[in-house]
Amino acid sequence: MTQPLPAQAAAPAIEMTNVAVGTLHDPAILVAENVNWTVRAGDYWVVGGLQGAGKSDFLMLAGGVMPPQRGQYRFFGEPMPIFEDARLKTRLRLGLVFDGGQLFNHLTVAENVALPLRYHRNLGPAETGAAVGELLACLELEPCAESLPGAVGYSWRKRAGLARALALQPEVLLADNPLGGVDPRQANWWLAFLDQLSRGHPLMQHRPVTLVVTTADFRRWKGHARQFALLRDRSLRVLGDWAQLAAANRDLVRELLTDGTQTE
Amino acid sequence: MENGNASPLRAARARLWLLRLPLPRSLTRYLGRMLFRFLLTLQGIGSFALITLGVMISRSRVARRVIRPLVFQEASRAGLRLMPMFLFMAAALGLVVIGQTVSWLTRVGAINFLGTVMVVVVVRELGPLVTALLVLARVGTANVIELGTARAMGEVEALEALGIDPVHYLVVPRVLGMALGVFALTVYLILGALFSGYLWAFVQDVPLRPGDYVRQLAGALSGLDFALLAIKTFCFGSIIALVTCYHGLAQPLRLEEVSRATVAAVAQSVIACVLLDALFIIIYLVT
Repeated sequence: MTQPLPAQAAAPAIEMTNVAVGTLHDPAILVAENVNWTVRAGDYWVVGGLQGAGKSDFLMLAGGVMPPQRGQYRFFGEPMPIFEDARLKTRLRLGLVFDGGQLFNHLTVAENVALPLRYHRNLGPAETGAAVGELLACLELEPCAESLPGAVGYSWRKRAGLARALALQPEVLLADNPLGGVDPRQANWWLAFLDQLSRGHPLMQHRPVTLVVTTADFRRWKGHARQFALLRDRSLRVLGDWAQLAAANRDLVRELLTDGTQTE
Repeated sequence: MENGNASPLRAARARLWLLRLPLPRSLTRYLGRMLFRFLLTLQGIGSFALITLGVMISRSRVARRVIRPLVFQEASRAGLRLMPMFLFMAAALGLVVIGQTVSWLTRVGAINFLGTVMVVVVVRELGPLVTALLVLARVGTANVIELGTARAMGEVEALEALGIDPVHYLVVPRVLGMALGVFALTVYLILGALFSGYLWAFVQDVPLRPGDYVRQLAGALSGLDFALLAIKTFCFGSIIALVTCYHGLAQPLRLEEVSRATVAAVAQSVIACVLLDALFIIIYLVT
């Protein structure tokens, strides 16, 4: 378990108690049970797991897209998921970046990024121009702003998904496998950008963003993330920081620390 | 709200396993299961309609500047853009009805009833029904495929993750737009058919002056016709939109299931429209 920070008075950002995680397509199939997990404001978590370990489903639950099958999940003290208007404000403190971006295919990249702003602030297309332009410029998405998602490459769709999740300036950002399927240059960009978000990015008024990302390879997060957890055998194990991760039971984490060329 | 039922879109999931069971060999069981399937579908669409109505009312003031353009967009898709086809259909409908009836009416010396026949056949029955079926074929099918693909690609989850109600953003504009579209197209179809009907009668040398024709039409129409026509067409449009949205959205879909969902949606929309039409016939007969 993570050591609670002494000066932490407010409710933790994410607090899961004995949560059972179902899958998005069939809630009866559980990918993890008895999950006890606390994320405090300012944390930078990496949740590792092999493909099929349920990382995405776990993140969908944390992102409030589906309810826990058992147990309780509180987000800043509010039980999740939130679908009612009355508690929507809490809900919008959280941003979720999907693995493939999950852009709306009938809207251009710029319209995708503008949609949450327009919907929640009741704005016309012209009024979001400045905010969207700034976001797109910051994420180097300007060249494909007017393209439909189908015409844009995979890694740029992913980045547009990040832009859309940041549009409402969330305090907690969950990113599903941000380094999956992107080339090294894109991967470095993601690491640098997430670091900057964690420290405080000008886009977010220099307010540090609490981060949770999933990965199938821990090594790339060394020196970036501060807390590590492992999703394996239908349970979430909190490993601690990088030193504790490296010292952890090797069998558990070995697969996520070795590169493909090494075989044992 | 309870955890398990938090999202309205997932409420349909529990019923899904029954719909997927293979049919048994015994005929009674077969019929029984068919009946159950019918009732479950009815229940599913009914609750989906109520949810949509609830969202429509409770969110009528939310994000108007996003939803209103979408309503117009849908109305133009289900209305304005189908106008050329409907002008053609109006001419054809007028020809069919007049062409068939004029010869019979002159034979029995009842040409005075030409206007009445047009009102009974075109205004009350064929106009709304033909419009509904054509809109279903042209827009309803596209609707299921669009929404089914969006659902399969995870766009619904993306909406939920952004705190946007998928029913509000995807379903409400379609229901309003299609209701409006079917209503407007029916009116144009009826006007066109009445006009082209007279043209065909004129070509067939029927001794009927335009004034008499209009007088016959006016005599056969009652105030109730206008009210019922409006209600009926709005119902047709909403039913098509609801059934197609239900099949595209309400259940978790994989890409390969989209075609099956489309077929089911079209069949059920046709049945629903015809059943509703039968209901309106009863109203006509009673009044």
